[in-house]
Amino acid sequence: MQTTRYEAPESVAAAVRLVDADPGAKVLAGGTDLLIQFRAGLHRPTAFVDVKRIPELVDIAVDRDGVRLGAATAAAVICEHAEMRRLFPGLVEAVQLIGSTQIQGRSTVGGNLCNASPAADTTCALIVNRAQCIIAGPRGERTVAVEQFCTGPGKTVLQRGELLVSIRIPRPSPGTADAYLRLIPRSEMDIAVVGAAVSLTLGPDGVCTAARVAIAAVAPTALLVPEAADALIGSRLDEAALRGAANAASAAARPIDDKRGTIAYRRQVAGVLTKRAAAIAAERVKGRI
Amino acid sequence: MAKVHVRTTINGEEKEFLCEPADSLLGALRDAVGLTGTKEGCTTGDCGACSVLMDGRLVPSCLVLAAEVQGRTVTTIEGIANGHALHPVQQKFLEHGALQCGICTPGFIVAAKALLDTRPNPTEVETRYWLAGNLCRCTGYDKIIRAVLDAAAALRPEA
Repeated sequence: MQTTRYEAPESVAAAVRLVDADPGAKVLAGGTDLLIQFRAGLHRPTAFVDVKRIPELVDIAVDRDGVRLGAATAAAVICEHAEMRRLFPGLVEAVQLIGSTQIQGRSTVGGNLCNASPAADTTCALIVNRAQCIIAGPRGERTVAVEQFCTGPGKTVLQRGELLVSIRIPRPSPGTADAYLRLIPRSEMDIAVVGAAVSLTLGPDGVCTAARVAIAAVAPTALLVPEAADALIGSRLDEAALRGAANAASAAARPIDDKRGTIAYRRQVAGVLTKRAAAIAAERVKGRI
Repeated sequence: MAKVHVRTTINGEEKEFLCEPADSLLGALRDAVGLTGTKEGCTTGDCGACSVLMDGRLVPSCLVLAAEVQGRTVTTIEGIANGHALHPVQQKFLEHGALQCGICTPGFIVAAKALLDTRPNPTEVETRYWLAGNLCRCTGYDKIIRAVLDAAAALRPEA
């Protein structure tokens, strides 16, 4: 029988050495996907490399430029962080939607990204906030935009020996706010049928000067939809602009039919959630100006 | 493969145990440490029966590796009462008859204590959301929610 080791490195360099030396090793963050997949027999790692003893993987550092979110920071820690809630209410909303209180105590944003589910709640919210993945590897560090990190269901750009260390989120410019909405058939504990995140910047005159829109669970990866953002930029978020963004999101969606929803339903809901998330983000900005 | 030697603090006591690298904390608590109050339900993090506190944070012990608790502190259902004096959450579960078969009860009590540790005056809605990851298939939830809200009231200093 194949044996499994448990490793708990205390530095990024040591973690990289471990995963580089052993292609069968799996990085263990919160374990809420990995350990379930392991017990279901989906993979047999030769080692669990627990990265939660590495200080920069489990902290949130705020500076003038923005936030550096350790990839293995527990969801509950993010949700309790006052500055995260203030700067990125939509992202915190997405984090808070993941699982129960117990799961929140374990699950991580880095794990959510590395698991690369098309329905991951946090990915869209990171994308609209222009977040960047900081990846360490045997040849040093590289940075990949979140919208390019996942390449398909369960697949990412991580190469052998590489490790997602942190997520860098730039400080939003004045007049900016985000929002995330997802549709599930009940009020809690489910996987998104569709998700939509919007970040907006409004000028003092109420005109939208910048926008990002991303949608989840409607393609093999979360999608950044520049056409939806274009429909909002330059407008005062009137009904026509919101409808334009909704239509662009629906047009960009290329969902599958499954037990959670049909193609036609998901397409339509992608538009509806985009419109509603844009309206919430705008309200948030106005509350701040 | 060598077993992992884990030294940790469980319910305020220094403990050591041996485990396989892939063993869950739930398995180690029940089999290696002999604390069988923590229950195994789904083993996939869905039911909350195995809830414990790790460094004060509510977690599903089925999704924690036993080796991870090296040097950390764990509180299980056995550590909730103060000696023979029941914690108010336990007392109110009895008074409200908030259990039938009892399998979900340790998880509910640990989770409810974690709620009241940080939020002494939770609303019913907050309490229901907080406990949404604890499943009960016989009593139903109403008596449980009443018991937790009553325990919160009992824990608050007299106004």
